[in-house]
Amino acid sequence: MNFTRRETLALGAAAMAVAALPLPALAKTTDELIAEFTGGADVADEGVELDAPEIAENGNTVPIEVAAEGASAIMVLAGGNPTPPVATFNFGPLAGASRAKTRIRLAGTQDVIAVAKLADGSFARTSKTVKVTIGGCGG
Amino acid sequence: MADNVRPRVKVPKKAAAGEVISIKTLISHPMESGQRKDGDGNTIPRSIINRMVVDFNGENVIDVTLEPAISTNPYFEFDATVPESGEFKFTWHDDDGSVYEDTQAIEVG
Repeated sequence: MNFTRRETLALGAAAMAVAALPLPALAKTTDELIAEFTGGADVADEGVELDAPEIAENGNTVPIEVAAEGASAIMVLAGGNPTPPVATFNFGPLAGASRAKTRIRLAGTQDVIAVAKLADGSFARTSKTVKVTIGGCGG
Repeated sequence: MADNVRPRVKVPKKAAAGEVISIKTLISHPMESGQRKDGDGNTIPRSIINRMVVDFNGENVIDVTLEPAISTNPYFEFDATVPESGEFKFTWHDDDGSVYEDTQAIEVG
């Protein structure tokens, strides 16, 4: 089967387009996720607390706690995981405090990031490094 | 539907009006992340609980979006305000469309 120069170029361009398509959907970076959450607004460094162990022996279950006074939502990200999002907490009118504890998976030593949407509509972020002895993504 | 999914919820039986109480929830679920491979090198498909909603008498307390990075048997602890006697309703949404529910009554006295 012979291809003309024009056909070959078209095929090549099509293949490139297909190859490029799934990438953004697969791996959104933490910066992109934060921008999506905040809508591009400025993010302050004060106003949200993230509690996580300094050293986690088992990355399969790492206890964390997030809190931000009056926040309507808190997003947690783990930049070193195959997929960075961890969880998003949306606090309703009957939430006693904007605080939640859970257990997460970490693939390896990395920074865990929390971004909160505060009561006045502004955003705050914090991060904490967790050392992981055994990774938790089964790789 | 994942097998043996069993929600466990800890809510105090009684509270004062307007009191802030702490609620703990745990639901048994493998939370297959979609990253692991079986013995033959095939990826095990993702199967997780992707959302948890807690309401009290129809008003929202917390709505959590869960991602694959939440550990097996998802555990949550959070605070809720109790304005009157009523019922907490807990709902978990599975990737496969299953919905798991639990309710807990609380008395204000």
